[in-house]
Amino acid sequence: MTEPLLEITDLRVAFHARHGKVRAVDGVSLTVAPGECLGIVGESGSGKSVTFAAVMGLIRPPGRIEAGRIRFAGRDLVGLDAASYRQLRGRDIAMTLQDAQTSLNPALTVGTQIIEVLAAHGEGNARARAVEMMTMVGIPAAERRLGDYPHQFSGGMRQRMMVAIALSCRPKLLIADEPTTALDVTIQAQVLELIASIRAKLGMSVVLITHDLGVVADYCDRVAVMYAGQIVEAGRTADIIGSPRHPYTEGLLASVPDLHNLDRPIRPIEGQVPDLIDLPPGCRFLPRCPKARPDCAKPVPMRAVGEGRNVRCVLT
Amino acid sequence: MTALLRVENLVKHYAPGQGLLSRLLGQKPRMVQALNGVSLEIRAGETLGLIGESGCGKSTFGRAILRLHEPTSGSVRFGGTDVLALDPAALKAMRRRMQIIFQNPYASLNPRKTVAQILAQPLRLHGLASGAELQERVRAMLAHVGLRPSHAERYPHQFSGGQRQRIGIARALILNPEFVVCDEPVSALDVSIQAQIIELLARLKRELGLTYLFISHDIAVIGYVSDRVAVMYLGEIVETGPARAVLHAPQHPYTKALMSAVPGGGAEDRVRLLGDLPSPMDPPPGCRFHTRCGFATDLCRSTVPPQRALQGERMVACHHFPETPP
Repeated sequence: MTEPLLEITDLRVAFHARHGKVRAVDGVSLTVAPGECLGIVGESGSGKSVTFAAVMGLIRPPGRIEAGRIRFAGRDLVGLDAASYRQLRGRDIAMTLQDAQTSLNPALTVGTQIIEVLAAHGEGNARARAVEMMTMVGIPAAERRLGDYPHQFSGGMRQRMMVAIALSCRPKLLIADEPTTALDVTIQAQVLELIASIRAKLGMSVVLITHDLGVVADYCDRVAVMYAGQIVEAGRTADIIGSPRHPYTEGLLASVPDLHNLDRPIRPIEGQVPDLIDLPPGCRFLPRCPKARPDCAKPVPMRAVGEGRNVRCVLT
Repeated sequence: MTALLRVENLVKHYAPGQGLLSRLLGQKPRMVQALNGVSLEIRAGETLGLIGESGCGKSTFGRAILRLHEPTSGSVRFGGTDVLALDPAALKAMRRRMQIIFQNPYASLNPRKTVAQILAQPLRLHGLASGAELQERVRAMLAHVGLRPSHAERYPHQFSGGQRQRIGIARALILNPEFVVCDEPVSALDVSIQAQIIELLARLKRELGLTYLFISHDIAVIGYVSDRVAVMYLGEIVETGPARAVLHAPQHPYTKALMSAVPGGGAEDRVRLLGDLPSPMDPPPGCRFHTRCGFATDLCRSTVPPQRALQGERMVACHHFPETPP
């Protein structure tokens, strides 16, 4: 097996709030191989965004990485000094955020914002490269639009602009955090296909953070499902969507209406996500699980169940 | 089935805020053409799903038929009454029968009022209940939407998103309306909670005999809840018909593109849309969709397509599809 590009081992991130410690990420381990697309699925508060904010070195007080290792291309990232991180971010690892509207600076032209990244990483001829990137993501008349401000772009164009900025230095890893949530399906398809085609062209790895299992099914090689700060199930996309082993994954799949199978009734998951300050000691899905039994109240380890597949459930 | 609501040729133009310079120069504001002659009927007891991209006018439509936004022209008849002709007192009485559930349960509930106060207000405004009877109706409504009696004295911020949407639903239904506009009621919620609210809306519809206009950009949700669907593009209806027929065998190129963009169907053989939604201030002439349509011809660029009735209670507004009309 090839060396993974990114390897996270037992990562723990907590935020210290007035009422106690919020354990946002609690023992997450995962790997991303070179050229691979890994999907991270989970609902609000599952820890999916915080995990990758930690990879980007973006956890700030009151948040803290309490334990764990993040290795990227042979380097340890936890505790890396600020200057080295700045070198890495944008050049080797890039991230696009959910809301392009608020992630672009409204007071600067888009040209300034993309050229800034290229210049910071010592890319010669930044302007030409900026135009090239904007053309690649499908922004027409890129040369002329360099002088435009974000508000002059539509939502889909702003999202494509973010992708252009993220990819401008040809990163080895792109972390796309809910890249399409705020977009209409038609534009969503455009942005995802853009990311997929650039991934194929540049051979980069992609982490696609989403709550949409349909998006994962279409674009990801492997998927990790997160619930309340932990990965509950991980493996090849087809295996997990085809035959989920964790009751939460089953519940998620059953709760989403499927346009291609409208006769299948939808079944909601009852109850709500647990409070991350006051977590049950055992399985975190226990209070909502239809299959719960007494031994679920004890801590549940992640277990390998077949090739490249892991499940955190006593039933498997 | 009889039409509960019949909308004909509904037009809504907004005057956007004008800059100082253009006002000084005396320039006429360019109008946003949010609705451009929409005709639809909603039958008693059905759910009509309305889909389209953001900015297409679907929320404006939901609000215009309730006169939350005054339509520019057209006609809205509800159970035989001309809604647009009602004076304020008569409109208030009519609103008892027509209610709305909003997308964002965080923004649509007054943070300074308890749930009991929020639910009591419509009953008080309409003089429908007071004292013990009012308390009883609030309690019964809470139970109906799956909240506990103890929730009545709490404030909106003490609830999760899904629970807040239940409060929004309770507020809309406490007047016993016949017709409810559900404007993206599950779009702000996590997927596992979405299903809870979809089920709740379906159960309430059965139990209370409601009629819904269900507005959403989520096509799978629309497919799941709707009896019939209408597809809107830039302020016009391009296709209507029974939900399954339209979603599984779409005829209009725009509907086809929408369906094939839905994730989960594989990324191959998509009908791709060219470019972005044009500005509703400056809609294209002819067929409004021609700038993004892969099949557009000169006819589409110059002439507005007629609304053609097809077999099976379907309608398509396209010059070229279906290729062999019945």
